[in-house]
Amino acid sequence: MKCRKCGEKASVNMRQHKLALCKDHYLEWIPEQTDRFIKKYQMFSPDERILVAVSGGKDSLSLWDILVRLGFHADGLYIGLGIDGGINYSNESQRLTEEFANQNNLKLHIVEIEREYGLSIPALSMQTQRGLGKPCAVCGLTKRHEMNRIARDLGYDVLATGHNLDDEAAVLFGNTLTWSADYLLRQGPVLPASDGLSRKVKPLCRFYEREMTAYALLRGINYIYEECPHAVGSTSIYYKEILNQIETARPGAKLTFYLRFLEARRSGELFVEPNLEAAHLHPCTNCGQLTSAPDLCTFCRMMEKVKPTPV
Amino acid sequence: MDNTVKLILREKEYEVRQGMTLLDALKKSQIIPESVIATRDGELILDDEILKQGDVIRLIAVISGG
Repeated sequence: MKCRKCGEKASVNMRQHKLALCKDHYLEWIPEQTDRFIKKYQMFSPDERILVAVSGGKDSLSLWDILVRLGFHADGLYIGLGIDGGINYSNESQRLTEEFANQNNLKLHIVEIEREYGLSIPALSMQTQRGLGKPCAVCGLTKRHEMNRIARDLGYDVLATGHNLDDEAAVLFGNTLTWSADYLLRQGPVLPASDGLSRKVKPLCRFYEREMTAYALLRGINYIYEECPHAVGSTSIYYKEILNQIETARPGAKLTFYLRFLEARRSGELFVEPNLEAAHLHPCTNCGQLTSAPDLCTFCRMMEKVKPTPV
Repeated sequence: MDNTVKLILREKEYEVRQGMTLLDALKKSQIIPESVIATRDGELILDDEILKQGDVIRLIAVISGG
């Protein structure tokens, strides 16, 4: 298969776009497309300060790399979760993230959950109803809270995450199976800022996970290949595998699933957007982030029950 | 003479016959093609690549999650 732009041997074939590219042209194409999505969805402007949530994985490190290549002011945030799982997972993720930041002379903020709150994610999970059995729900809740807190405290204009199309399609698939209208209405490339909450953007949301892996490999980005030990057997991975089976038989199925959803949501074909004020969102009495729960937000309520002591 | 091709995905190894395309080799090994990227000698190869005797194809899993 040959590169459409130069006729040399192609390294990546994107069947959903009927487009094959060689290494050099692929490494040009990804940032060009990212820039197009940033503009199309009005994610941020060149003068805004971006905080990129980096985990040491292929998507977030690639996102940071792309934003810097595009000339944006993008700093990194690594959240230390304290997950070992027999493979030294968090320490290795942090080492790779720091290595990337140092090699590229980038600014990286590091927050350790155990140092901030006295308990690692696995230990915190053991003490909460939410985390019994599997720490993923507590981990997700904590990461969202901390990303938002740091972005707000350090005065960043926008928080960027490395969610790719497969991540988005898997979430969409899960929420469609249960017709979770509230969650469906909140899903999109941009979550606007509101009281206590930073604007959140997903510049990679239209790239397949396979494309982001190819980008990281071809760019020589050293990322953590091992799966989070707690994610093995997770529902999101199961959904991704199902969607990939469909994609193999019907190229473009994942992209169409996601883009048609965004279009339907935008046009109001599927849902009538409720008045957010009617949903009684108000600032948490402890941290100030918006919540629909009375008084304390879900995170602060969880921490109040656990009452950890910072190390 | 050994006319097999080796596919390696994480700790698992699969063997297929030479002369197949990568796509056919993945399907025969019951690996979802969309879930991996294939490399040979550090270079990315595509679905239509004909696998040759003695090839060692390293498959990179693309799915991450949690």
